[in-house]
Amino acid sequence: MTSSAEQPRRVPGKLRRRLGAAARMLAALALAGGVYAAIMPASQAEDAPKTLSARAQEGKALYDVSCISCHGTNAEGVKDRGPSLIGVGSAAVEFQVSSGRMPMAAQGAQAERKAVVPLFEDPKKIEALGQYIQEIGGGPQLPGEYGGGDPANGGRLFRVNCAQCHGYTAGGGALSSGKFAPPLDPANSAQLYGAMLTGPQNMPVFGDNQLTVKEKKDIIAYVEYMKNDMDPGGYGLGRIGPATEGIAIFVVGITLLVFTTLWIAGKS
Amino acid sequence: MKKKRFDLATLPERSAKGIDERFHASTPLRRMFNKVFPDHWSFMLGEIALYSFIVLLLTGTFLGLFFDPSMEEVKYDGVYTPLKGIEMSKAYESTLDISFEVRGGLIMRQMHHWAALLFMASIVVHMLRVFFTGAFRKPREANWMIGFLLFWLGFMEGLFGYSIPDDGLSGTGLRVINAITQSIPVIGSWAGFALFGGEFPGTVIIPRFYILHVLIFPAIILGLIAAHMGLLVKQKHTQWPGPGRTNKNVVGVRMFPGFAMKGGGFFMITFAVIAAMGGLFQINPIWLFGPYQASVISSASQPDWYVMFLDGIARLWPAWETRFELFGNGYTIPPIFWAAVVLPGVIVNIGLLYPFLEARFTKDKEQHHLLQRPRDTPVRTGLGMMALAFYLVLFASGGNDVIAQHFDISLNAMTWIGRIALLLAPPAAFWISYRIALGLQQHDREVLAHGVETGIIKRAPDGRFYEVHQPLGPVDDHGHGQLEYEGWVVPKKMNRIGALGPAIRGFFSPLEVEDKEARKGKAKELAGKK
Ligand code: HEC
Ligand code: HEC
Ligand code: HEM
Repeated sequence: MTSSAEQPRRVPGKLRRRLGAAARMLAALALAGGVYAAIMPASQAEDAPKTLSARAQEGKALYDVSCISCHGTNAEGVKDRGPSLIGVGSAAVEFQVSSGRMPMAAQGAQAERKAVVPLFEDPKKIEALGQYIQEIGGGPQLPGEYGGGDPANGGRLFRVNCAQCHGYTAGGGALSSGKFAPPLDPANSAQLYGAMLTGPQNMPVFGDNQLTVKEKKDIIAYVEYMKNDMDPGGYGLGRIGPATEGIAIFVVGITLLVFTTLWIAGKS
Repeated sequence: MKKKRFDLATLPERSAKGIDERFHASTPLRRMFNKVFPDHWSFMLGEIALYSFIVLLLTGTFLGLFFDPSMEEVKYDGVYTPLKGIEMSKAYESTLDISFEVRGGLIMRQMHHWAALLFMASIVVHMLRVFFTGAFRKPREANWMIGFLLFWLGFMEGLFGYSIPDDGLSGTGLRVINAITQSIPVIGSWAGFALFGGEFPGTVIIPRFYILHVLIFPAIILGLIAAHMGLLVKQKHTQWPGPGRTNKNVVGVRMFPGFAMKGGGFFMITFAVIAAMGGLFQINPIWLFGPYQASVISSASQPDWYVMFLDGIARLWPAWETRFELFGNGYTIPPIFWAAVVLPGVIVNIGLLYPFLEARFTKDKEQHHLLQRPRDTPVRTGLGMMALAFYLVLFASGGNDVIAQHFDISLNAMTWIGRIALLLAPPAAFWISYRIALGLQQHDREVLAHGVETGIIKRAPDGRFYEVHQPLGPVDDHGHGQLEYEGWVVPKKMNRIGALGPAIRGFFSPLEVEDKEARKGKAKELAGKK
C-alpha cells in the first residue's frame, strides 16, 4: 500500500495522528516529520498568489493534463488518490518528476524511479510545472547549484544521516513491509539535493536546520565521488559486502579447487 | 695448499648420510615416506583448509608488520580523499595505510580475507565429506571432534580478525557481540563489562582481540591441526571399499614421492586461487564503511559468511522475553540469549558428540576403516541433509534484507518465510534424501541381481518383448546374480564391464569410443549368448 501516513504532512489536525502511525513504523521518520511540523506554519501562511506568471501558466497547462487526476484542481489533492501539493514547493515537483516517480503509474508499496515520461523529457517543462506549484503554494526550492562540497565531511554526514537506510555504499537497503531505500547511483546532484530537502515518501526531510546548504553539498560531493570511484581492490561484487563475498568463495574458490581435486585424482 | 675438489653430484648423498649418522633419522623417515595415502578427489578437501591456513599465516604475518591495534584517536592524513581530516582510531588508520600506501598491502589484505573465507568454506566441505561417508566412526571420533572444534576456532578467529580494523562494519559486529554477552542471565552485564573493559565500545577491545587473533588462536589452531594430522597418520586414512581394499589395508600412493608431489602441486594451486581472488575481487572495502562510531549503523550489515547463520537465528527468533526473580533481584532473559547462546551451544554439542550418539543408537562397537557411501546409510544421510537444510535456511536469513532488496520481496515476508522454512525444510530434506538414498541402493541391488541393461530388446516366439540383461557374475537357477552387495560402485553400463568398446577417461564421465562396428559385433555376441 502506498504509505498514506506521510502524505498529508501539510494538513494540520490529521497530521499529528498520522505522524504517530509513522513513528511506530520508523523512528527516524518521526523525527523528520516532527521537524517538518515545526517549519510547516511558515509555508501555510504564504498566500497563493492571485496571478500566475507566464511560466507558471505553462506549468498549469501541463499540470491539468498529467497530474490533476490524482492531485486535484489547484493541487488541493484528491482523497485516496494523491496528496495536496500546496506547499511542497518546486523542489518536490522537480525531484518527483525528473526521477520519473510522477506522474505515478500504479499504486505500489512506494512510487519508484522510472524513465521520465516523454512529455517531461524537456527539463524546461518540469521547471514550468515546479514554478506553477511554487506560485500557488510556496515551499522549498532547489538552489540550482551543487558543486564545491567537501567529500570527506560529506562522507561523515552520509554515514550518520543516510547509511542506516541507503547503506554504507549507497547501494540501498530494505525497509519494513516491502518498502526500501533505493540505490543512489541513478540520482544526479539536483535529485540528491531534492530528496534531502523534500524527503520523498518514507525518507525523512533534511531541512536546512538539520543539514545546512553547505552540508548538503558536502554529501552530494561524497556521493558523486563514490559513484565515479573505481574499486581499488578489483571487481567490487556489487559492493554488497559479506553476502556476495560468501557466495563468491563457494562459486569461485571452492568450485575451482574441487575441479582441481577431480583433475589431480583423475591423473592417477 | 691443495684445493679439495668439490663434488656436487654426491653432495645430497653425503649430507643425508651425515645427518643420519648424527640423528638416526632414516628409519622413522622411511616409515613416514612409505605411508600410503588412498586417492580419491574427496580426500583432498581437507588439504584445501590446511593450505589456506598456511596462506593465512604468511599474509597475516605481513599485515602484522604494518597494523597497529591502537585505539588512539588521530586525524587521517593519507591519500584517500573521502576520509581526509576525519577522526579515527590508529587501528583503522593503519588498515587504510595497508590498503592504500603499503606496497602490495591491499592484495595482502584481500588475500588474507579470501584465505579466511576459503579456510572456513573448505572446513565445512571437508566436514560434510567426513560425515556423509562415515569416516568419523570408531576409531576416528577424536579426529572428528578436533575437526569440528577447528571450525569453531576458525569462526572465532575470523570474527576477531574482521573486528580489529575498527571500521564501521566491524564495530557493528562488536556491538552484536556485546549484546550477546550481556544477554547471558545473571552474569551478562558483568561479562560484558569484563570483555570490553567498561562500557561498550571502550578502548581495550581491539587490542585484546588483536592478541587473540595473532597469537592465541593461531597457536591453538596450529596445535589442533598438528594433532589432527598426527592422528591421521597414526590411524591411517580411511578408504572406499572396492577390489583389494579391506578393513585391514590401505591401497594408494606412497607419501614420497607420489603424495608429496601431488600435495605440493595442490598447495601451489590453492595459493594461486587465493592470490587470484585477492587480486581480482575486492573484499571488505573498509574505506567505504568509515571509522566506527557508536551512532552509525548501515542497512544490510552482514558478518562474514561463516558467522551469518548466527545472524540468521537472531533475525528469525521471535521476540520472547522472560523475567525471573533471583535472591530478590529481577533478571531478564532477552530473546537473543536463546538465539545466539543456547541454540549454538546445542549445535556445538550435538556436532561434537555425533560419532558417539550414532554408535550408541546403532549399537556399533566395531573399528571401521572402510567408508560408506551415503546411499548405504540412508538415516545418516537424511540427518546430515536435515542439518544442512537447517544451516542453509539460517545462512540465507542472515542476509534476508539483501535478498529482500534485490529480489523485491518484503522484509517482513522474508522473516516469515525464514521461520516457516526453518521448521519445514529440515524434515523435508530428511525425507527426500532418505528416499533418494534408498532408491539408489535399490537400483544397485537390482543390477547385482538381474544384470546390466544391454539395450537389446528381444522378442520371444510367443510375441513377448523383453530386454536382455547381462549378469555380472554367476547366476542361480532363477537367473539371479549371486554377487554380494558390497556397498561399492556397481557397473551399470556395458562398457564398464568390458563388453563394449573401451571408455576413455573424460573429465566428468567416461567418453565412449565411437566405434560402431565394434559395438555392433559385441552386442551380437552377447545377444547370441543369452
Ligand atoms: C496516479 C496518481 C498520480 C498522478 C497521475 C500524479 N501523482 Fe503525484 N503523487 C501521487 C501519490 C499517491 C503521491 C503520494 C506518494 C507517496 O508519497 O507515496 C504523490 C506525491 C507527489 C509529490 C510529493 C508530495 C510531497 O509531499 O512531497 C509530488 C511533488 C507530486 N506527486 C507531483 C506530481 C506531479 C507534478 C504530477 C504530474 C506530472 C503527479 N504528481 C502525478 C499520485 C499521483
Ligand atoms: C529512513 C530512511 C532514509 C534515510 C535516513 C534517508 N533516506 Fe533517502 N530515501 C529513502 C527512501 C525510502 C527513498 C525512496 C523514496 C521514493 O522512492 O520516493 C529514498 C530516496 C532517496 C533518493 C532518491 C533516489 C532516486 O532513486 O532518485 C535520494 C537521492 C536519497 N534518498 C538520498 C538520501 C540522502 C542523501 C540521505 C541522507 C541525508 C538519505 N537519503 C536518508 C529512505 C531514507
Ligand atoms: C585461521 C586463521 C585466520 C583467520 C580465519 C583470519 C581472519 C582474518 C580476517 C577476516 C581479517 C580481516 C581482514 C580485513 O581487513 O579484511 C583479519 C585481519 C588480520 N589478521 Fe588474520 N586470520 C587468521 C590468521 C592470522 C594470523 C596467523 C595472523 C598473524 C600472524 C593474522 C594477522 C592479521 C592482522 C594483523 C589483521 C589486521 C590487518 C587488516 O585487517 O588488514 N591473521 N584476519
